[in-house]
Amino acid sequence: MAVEEHSAPTSFVQKYIFSQDHKVIGLQYIFTALFMAIVGGGLAVMIRTQITWPEKAMVTPEAYLSLVTMHGTIMVFFVVSLALVSGFGNFLIPLMIGARDMAYPLLNMLSYWTIVPACLLVLVSFVVEGGAAAAGWTAYPPLSALPEAVPGSGLGQTLWLLAMALFIVSFTMGGLNYIVTILNCRAKGMSLMRMPLTIWTYFMSSILGVLSFPPLTAAAIMLLLDRHGGTSFFLPDGLVFNNEVLAHEGGTPLLFQHLFWFLGHPEVYVLVLPGIGITFDLIATFARRPVFGYKTSVYALVVVGFLSMIVWGHHMYVTGMNPYVGEYFSVATVLITAPFAVLGMNLVASLWRSRIRMEVPMYWALGTVAVIGLGGFGGLFLATSISDIYFHDSFFVVGHFHLMIGVVTVLSIFAGLYHWFPKMFGRVMNARLGKLHFWLTYVPMVTLFFLMHLQGMSGLLRRYYDHSIYEFQKPGQELALAITLLTYTAFAAQGIFFWNFFRSMFSGEKVGENPWNATTVEWTTPSPAGHGNWPGALPVIDRHPYDYDPAAAEDKDYNPQGVVA
Amino acid sequence: MSESNSPPRNPRFGILFFVFGIAVVGTFALGWLPDVKSAHGHGIDGVIRYLLGTTGALFLLGCIVLGFFVMKYGRGEAQTRAIVSGKAQALWAVVPVLIMCAISEVGVLVMALPVFGEVYGEPPADAYHVEVVGKQFEWLVRYPGPDGVFGEVDHEKVHETRNPLGLVKSDPAALDDIVVRGKVHIPVDRMTVVHLRALDVIHSFTVPLFRVKQDTLPGYEAFTQFTATEAGTFELACAELCGLGHYRMQGSVIAESEESLQNWLNGQEPWL
Repeated sequence: MAVEEHSAPTSFVQKYIFSQDHKVIGLQYIFTALFMAIVGGGLAVMIRTQITWPEKAMVTPEAYLSLVTMHGTIMVFFVVSLALVSGFGNFLIPLMIGARDMAYPLLNMLSYWTIVPACLLVLVSFVVEGGAAAAGWTAYPPLSALPEAVPGSGLGQTLWLLAMALFIVSFTMGGLNYIVTILNCRAKGMSLMRMPLTIWTYFMSSILGVLSFPPLTAAAIMLLLDRHGGTSFFLPDGLVFNNEVLAHEGGTPLLFQHLFWFLGHPEVYVLVLPGIGITFDLIATFARRPVFGYKTSVYALVVVGFLSMIVWGHHMYVTGMNPYVGEYFSVATVLITAPFAVLGMNLVASLWRSRIRMEVPMYWALGTVAVIGLGGFGGLFLATSISDIYFHDSFFVVGHFHLMIGVVTVLSIFAGLYHWFPKMFGRVMNARLGKLHFWLTYVPMVTLFFLMHLQGMSGLLRRYYDHSIYEFQKPGQELALAITLLTYTAFAAQGIFFWNFFRSMFSGEKVGENPWNATTVEWTTPSPAGHGNWPGALPVIDRHPYDYDPAAAEDKDYNPQGVVA
Repeated sequence: MSESNSPPRNPRFGILFFVFGIAVVGTFALGWLPDVKSAHGHGIDGVIRYLLGTTGALFLLGCIVLGFFVMKYGRGEAQTRAIVSGKAQALWAVVPVLIMCAISEVGVLVMALPVFGEVYGEPPADAYHVEVVGKQFEWLVRYPGPDGVFGEVDHEKVHETRNPLGLVKSDPAALDDIVVRGKVHIPVDRMTVVHLRALDVIHSFTVPLFRVKQDTLPGYEAFTQFTATEAGTFELACAELCGLGHYRMQGSVIAESEESLQNWLNGQEPWL
């Protein structure tokens, strides 16, 4: 199937605003995500400041809960998902499979313009009465259902739910587009088992997203109805506020948690798999040898994807769910470490007998590998239901999920930006600043989230406005200052990135179509790539994606995957 | 940027991973778990230590291999092309699969299952029963009184000060029920079963030194059970976000000898 035809844009608005070109849309997503990242990162700085110096009471307790809730929501859905899944996904998929564009360019444009109002709703919710949503990014009812329960559960929570609904609509359009494009628009010769691993991860990620988001849509609608329509899907009998019993009866709060995590857990893999795919591709490119275990990695990705759909209950071990059900979820969840370990081993083994070039993207890619290991092993402590009794809702959880869906993803977003910047803008980013940015981001970020594991181990609980009134939280709290200073450092270091990014866009060194001597086919078209991606005929794929040879002369150690006639 | 110049090298980058691996494993080994004060808690700590040992060793190994590869192959020497057959790659994949299946399932099924029995199994007949009810932002504690039976409650009758749990006067079993705020008195060395309910939103009953954590769900009765092994006062906190006072939903569990527990109970007036 060919891409739905659309002619080259003729006006500024067509080209840069309501564009149907996947590359422009990809960049629109990335720019939107970078903006939201400043907001989400700013919230993190405020959270850290409050809990490090609680006696200063920088914010009120209710505002603090809004900070926590919106930081999570923005970072998961409006930063990592937008940049990594929607941004890079859009930019890379047609270019890496040798297609002119996405299968449905108009749908693609609609997908982006659906996320813009969602972002606006999120931002506006900070200034409405009662403040932004405050029930956590997980929005568990009854807390999220009743304005009586917390001020943020007024208009703020309604806007949150509407923003989530728009996000899901947008993601579903994008995900379907990815699946169709990958299945139907590959260049001649690009069999599934010749796709770069980045594309495999986007494929799995889209399938997971499209399968798992609908239950959250249902949950969001049911919660809206409970809030505004008088229904009781999630609200049981006998809820007492201010000595009055509410009229709700017959619902169960656990139902929402099942629906939420039916999405929530696959969502982790929706986010993290593309990061792993990009890491594979960058390691192959800069290690100058084929990926070790391409096939086993593909199978591992498929197994991870399947398992991720049937283990959502591991978020609910202590909720009152039947513990024997929890035991099933525990047995199934820990199995994920097996395919994950295959991915990890293949990443490391891809360096064996290699000839590593330490270009800037490689710093980020190698750094990511170690974080995948640390984050992955940390998951076992939480997946085992018995140890989770102690760790649940502690900072161990906070440290763990930040490593996986915060650090692995953010590192691979940066890796990808440094790597594909030439294809986006025809120029390269400054390497000296790129390395400085790496060290000032990597060391603080990894250290601070690692320290949170220790805090959790010592008993520190999450979502606390002030830990100081508890004796048992004092040992964990001793690490708070160090963590906060590291947060400030990592946040400030992004100034280096933004300066480098925008300056290089206009004055970076100009480069040709393949500055890294890479093999995948996006490097066979001019940088930046124009409308239709290849000026002439599309490339024809005649080999696997990683034909590097560390035995050959340095400038002849690769064979591109595709040939342009 | 290597078309004309030689490509950039940095084999010393591998040192990062040695430092990373050693720092992570070394700091974890310092021991961060607070001393446990319950019987099953030793089992939980055992599972945690088992996972720390096994995954710590694997993580360290991974970091060392990664660092070694970066140092060895980062120097830029030409390498003979590594042709690894598909079969060999598949066989290599079996190694991590077997290791991880073994480590993780031994954790869940061998190490954790006996603890599972203690935490979720049928409590002994002589177990001590107490009810803890979460509400924004305090813990209400009910003792069944001399009859050993918790009386009927009706949320319509709940009043913050007059009748915080909504005890029903017409039920004789409710007449001797004792209700106190925030203080859970329990015996040492006898199993305590805590019946958990919530009045408004989800809370979570957690006593970290006992390794106990169980959500309290409105509309549902949950329970958690444990045996305190040491007398003393232990902090009780809320682990599930429950609103703006979540952080100050503090209580305490007072574990004491049978005589002193009985004396304390005898000194309490029934609520009604």
